Amino acid sequence: MPLQLLYGIEAAINGLMTGVMYSLVALGFVLIFKASGVFNYAQGVMALFAALTLVGLQNGQVPFAHLINTVFGTHLDRFGWHLPALLAILLAIGVMILFAILVERYLLKYLVGQDPIILFMATIGLAYFMEGFGDLMWGSDIKVIDMSMPLLGLPDGLPQGGSLWIEEHTQFLGDERFYGFFIDKLDIVGAGIAAILVISLMVFSRYTKTGTALRAVADDNQAALSVGISLRTIWVIVWAIAGFVALVAGVMWGAKSGVQFSLSLITLKALPVLMLGGFTSIPGAIIGGMIIGMGEKVFEFIVSSSWFGDAMGFTLNATENWFAYVLALLFLVFRPQGLFGEKIIERV
Amino acid sequence: MFYREAGDYKKTYAEDNQTFPLKLDRYGYYVILAVAFGIVPLVINDYWASAVLIPFLIWSIAALGLNILVGYCGQLSLGTGGFMAVGAYSSYKLMTSFPDLNIFFIVLISGVITAAVGVVFGLPSLRIKGFYLAVATLAAQFFLVWLFNKVEWFYNYSASGQISAPTRTVAGFEVTGATASPEAKYLFCLVLAVLLAWFARNLTRGRIGRSWMAIRDMDIAAEIIGVNPLKTKLMAFAVSSFLIGVSGSLFFAVYLGAVEVGEAFGIQKSFLVLFMIIIGGLGSILGSFIGAAFLVLMPVLLKNIMVGQLGFPIDIAAHFELLIIGFLIMLTLVLEPHGIAQLWRVTKQKLRLWPFPH
Repeated sequence: MPLQLLYGIEAAINGLMTGVMYSLVALGFVLIFKASGVFNYAQGVMALFAALTLVGLQNGQVPFAHLINTVFGTHLDRFGWHLPALLAILLAIGVMILFAILVERYLLKYLVGQDPIILFMATIGLAYFMEGFGDLMWGSDIKVIDMSMPLLGLPDGLPQGGSLWIEEHTQFLGDERFYGFFIDKLDIVGAGIAAILVISLMVFSRYTKTGTALRAVADDNQAALSVGISLRTIWVIVWAIAGFVALVAGVMWGAKSGVQFSLSLITLKALPVLMLGGFTSIPGAIIGGMIIGMGEKVFEFIVSSSWFGDAMGFTLNATENWFAYVLALLFLVFRPQGLFGEKIIERV
Repeated sequence: MFYREAGDYKKTYAEDNQTFPLKLDRYGYYVILAVAFGIVPLVINDYWASAVLIPFLIWSIAALGLNILVGYCGQLSLGTGGFMAVGAYSSYKLMTSFPDLNIFFIVLISGVITAAVGVVFGLPSLRIKGFYLAVATLAAQFFLVWLFNKVEWFYNYSASGQISAPTRTVAGFEVTGATASPEAKYLFCLVLAVLLAWFARNLTRGRIGRSWMAIRDMDIAAEIIGVNPLKTKLMAFAVSSFLIGVSGSLFFAVYLGAVEVGEAFGIQKSFLVLFMIIIGGLGSILGSFIGAAFLVLMPVLLKNIMVGQLGFPIDIAAHFELLIIGFLIMLTLVLEPHGIAQLWRVTKQKLRLWPFPH
């Protein structure tokens, strides 16, 4: 096969993997949107906050250390413990559940029945609040996430770097200039985890009592209320699950690029994924992510390649900034509800 | 008594139709304008002009623009930063291509160009609604910023990729460039802000404004009573983008002088303007000004208190700023979803009935 084509395929596969990572964030959106009609802009910041909390708890950071030191002139820094990753994850899940309860009690409760746009803006406010709060609590420096879990057979943490096995077994496709496909092991793990999450969420919503209640609420708020489902409990559960999904996304992205502020910006990447897949569909989030991830990598590969330059007289780069949005926009013009979304029916 | 319709006899139809029917309101605004035009320029200094007054006026215009789209027409947009960039870059290209053209017209023409771009990005709003539209406007934000970053023609092939405003004058006074005086800059922005606020206020009171509100409240019903959704929505996009373009042009030419597109017109700016209209009041001209004043003043105040008085490091102050903005937005939405302007409306209503509320 020609070298260019192989590189193109490599870009496509890597894009697919990155797309699945976008889907991890998009999943949290879909869950909350389905159950409460809230378009949760804070999902990305929740991922950041969860990852910050995880790292902070694990390394025994003193919360608000910087602030306390400034105000009282102390020199607090660490508690001096180092928790095993599994315990830290459990604690972080606990924090996210607490977060869900607080959000429901102090924000959502007061906004029941408001316009969806007002709720959306409230979550933007929540996102800013959480971002400031997370930075104050754990500091804004870039943190390295350490996921070594000997109990689960991962003594060195999540695998990093390219997979040699894939490189060796794909080398035969090209000539001696081709070294095989470079695919990050972490991305493969991410794809696996996303698959597990989706399947377990679907099983959960289909075969458990709570899951059925969730679907009932998603279908019709008031009907669900009238058969005795507590909306507030359901919302807490949904936000807690979304918090858990955020934690998973935060860990995966944190392992990829360090736990830092830019993590919260993946929200913006998850939005076109949602639009493409439809706001209400869990498989849609995954497939939308794959289309967006692959599309932007392949598009960038094509428009920045030399033969595109020869043919058109110019090349483009850094198109990943906008490609996803423009693709989603064009797509929506033809299919306003996204790929798998419920058809929007307007009744008068 | 004061603050009453009673005793304020309207003798002509035009008088009956005026913007502020209450005498006290009217005089209040005259006083504010007199102070803004007559007294502030005499006492202004460089710090106040560049830290508070000029950004306040410029952001007010942007908030006014976004408020027309979001507050009056109900089309949520996150592309403000991108449209401001269009205003800034078109005024740069106009300034460098037509050195003799007056800056006043350059600013307005930049607004018109932005309006055209806004209409193009507003076209999908006919098919796409609600959140889907909000996300679609992000396409405008990211695409436009990328475009100005990558296409060298827009910044005249300068090596740094920045654009910087040459010196231009209005009636002999420099308003752009490094040597312009704060008074001239302030008055230039003030004149535009007052003109545009007057324009927006009257637009929203008339047929066009009412058709926007009809579309906002229920688009299908509006269509049935004969409001053309295509025309109305695109009109809202055009007017809104015009105002945002003017503010972007002023932001670049008068306020900053030199900008780098990703930094000056990033997505954060889109959110900032959105916050202004949420806190100030959706669907209110006054609210746009209140919101802009609030979000311009608050960081200055916080910085003065926390860094200046308490001696906090800058990064903690920045985190607190995020935290407080987020908190205020949630608080506003919980307590008064229509923003501070609604409080003012309620106060006015109470004043009218005072002291016998029943």
